[in-house]
Amino acid sequence: MRRAAAFAVPLVLLAVLAVVPRLSVDIPVVFGGPLDSPGTLQLLALCLVFGGVAMTYDLLFGYTGLLSFGHALPFALGVYVMAIALTKWELGLWASFAVVLAAGLVVPLVLGAVALRVSGIAFAMVTLAFAEAGHVLVQKNPDGLTGGEEGLGLNFDPLPDFFVGVLNTKNLYWLALGYAAFVFVVIRFAVASSPGHVWQAIRENPQRVEVLGLRPFGFKLIAFVLASFLATVGGVVWLIVLGTGATPQVVTTSFTLTLLVMVVIGGAGTRYGALLGGVLYTLLDQRLGALSGSERVQDLPNVIRTPLSEPLFILGTLFVLLVFFVPGGLASLGRRARVLRRSTGLERVRPVREPS
Amino acid sequence: MDTFVLLTVTGLGLGAMYFLIASGLSLIYGLMGVLNFAHGAFLTVGAYATWWTSTHVGGGPGTKLLVGAVVGLAVGAVLAALVELVLIRPLYRRPVEQVLVTVGLALALGALVQAIWGLDARTFPVPSWLVDTTTLFGASIPNDRFVEIATAAFVLVGLLAFLRYTRYGLIIRAGVENRAMVTALGVDVRKAFTLVFALGGMAAALAGVLSGVYFSTVDPGRGTSLLIYAFIVVVIGGFGSIGGTAVAAVVVGLIQQYANYYASSGLGDLAVVLLLALVLLARPAGLAPKVAH
Repeated sequence: MRRAAAFAVPLVLLAVLAVVPRLSVDIPVVFGGPLDSPGTLQLLALCLVFGGVAMTYDLLFGYTGLLSFGHALPFALGVYVMAIALTKWELGLWASFAVVLAAGLVVPLVLGAVALRVSGIAFAMVTLAFAEAGHVLVQKNPDGLTGGEEGLGLNFDPLPDFFVGVLNTKNLYWLALGYAAFVFVVIRFAVASSPGHVWQAIRENPQRVEVLGLRPFGFKLIAFVLASFLATVGGVVWLIVLGTGATPQVVTTSFTLTLLVMVVIGGAGTRYGALLGGVLYTLLDQRLGALSGSERVQDLPNVIRTPLSEPLFILGTLFVLLVFFVPGGLASLGRRARVLRRSTGLERVRPVREPS
Repeated sequence: MDTFVLLTVTGLGLGAMYFLIASGLSLIYGLMGVLNFAHGAFLTVGAYATWWTSTHVGGGPGTKLLVGAVVGLAVGAVLAALVELVLIRPLYRRPVEQVLVTVGLALALGALVQAIWGLDARTFPVPSWLVDTTTLFGASIPNDRFVEIATAAFVLVGLLAFLRYTRYGLIIRAGVENRAMVTALGVDVRKAFTLVFALGGMAAALAGVLSGVYFSTVDPGRGTSLLIYAFIVVVIGGFGSIGGTAVAAVVVGLIQQYANYYASSGLGDLAVVLLLALVLLARPAGLAPKVAH
């Protein structure tokens, strides 16, 4: 019964999400237009892409306990290598994608092998530094490849017709949904596999894993490469969904911090939580700006209006409050409600784990 | 030769700023195990407080800068102490949550500064004698470099004296070495936490003022961009070691300047990252042992 539910819930969710582009429903305040309008669909597509990327970060942080401050790097790798291969090298769609996949495996393998020699805060610092190196490289604009501060416009010719143009936004939405579903399934099976169990053991107690005769390094490297690879694919999807080109924004430290915020808002170590966090964060980030321009906010006194005009201020404050009052993230709310309902302890409740 | 001298002095000036940010970070991490991402925000807020005050007082640019700097340092110290008391202290013994709170705070404070004063850079009040140059070994060097180096040297000596000769310095040094033992001996380390945060915030604000003089402007992204190199300095210098931090700050500042000039622009930043990777691979604990002196 439980097994059936475990398969049915994601499938039903997927089916509901898949028919969204066919619904002409208007949801005021949350979206600027009806669900099937191109603007709303693109926003939803971005939400799903970041939901997927947040799940890849959750694999590192939530499941394996690796606090990386450089997860923007693999994402940006996907964005930039794809854009360069399509626009500068003119390789064609599938050849470009093949180059991205190769880079998405080799780069994290090398960087992970170096960074994982240290752990804890030192690991966080090394990944931060690697991502900063990536940022410097993009800014430096070697051979005019990355376009520096300006970014790199995308050449649309090699892309299939059904991904180009405003009328085809629904296809972009389905692409993003496909990516999120793909990441969800891969991570679901990965954490249930035997290396997956070792990851969670490493999160709980790395010394104990070593005492049991396993070397954490190899397992951590697998998690690092898998999470990075999936994020690289996410970068490609983001590039196609956004449809403008690569910008240096995606390789900044702020972007990594954003991913961390998404995962913690949703709940670390839970796939649904990270997905929800990514979707919610992106939605708020995009829509709060529009809302703060609305008339109701404009009438407020300056002291309140000014902070409200910066989505990041609201999101940062919300994040701090969540860390304080809802340590397990939004995903823990359901669990907490269950605990309250069955305070007799009939149902065994998984404790909210904190990666150390 | 004169280019080399200019690069060296400029590198030292840059290192001085890194040291001011990194010393606070290093003590906070060494004592409390908190990686303070909001440290860059302390710097930005301190710099903006200085700029804002300078536009509201009369007198020449020198007076404006001095009065502004005093206010900026006070704001940095008070903000940092408040952050420790209100946000960090309740999460005692939950290090990951503490880091997360500082991340959220860094994002929120940065956005707040941007919301109030906009994205554009603001002109800092810089007296003309700071912009003038002094000739040293045939190189014309802007005077502000010397001020930066002297300030950082003064702070270094002051911090070392404070740590060595005062009671609180003793508690901090002991706390960095073994916090549990200090607590067990009946010393309230939490006062030292607030003090270290306030000192760190003040040093960061000072770095903000100096960076304002160095670039002659201040913008909302200043703190974050300097913070990353300060983190690298802290790791290379060994967490909790003021001496190690000073050495690492000078090394990082010099390498950045030399490589950016002699190799190619932007390569200095990459060289620093490479240095960090090499140091961590050779000595995962950093260059200095974890003792605050």
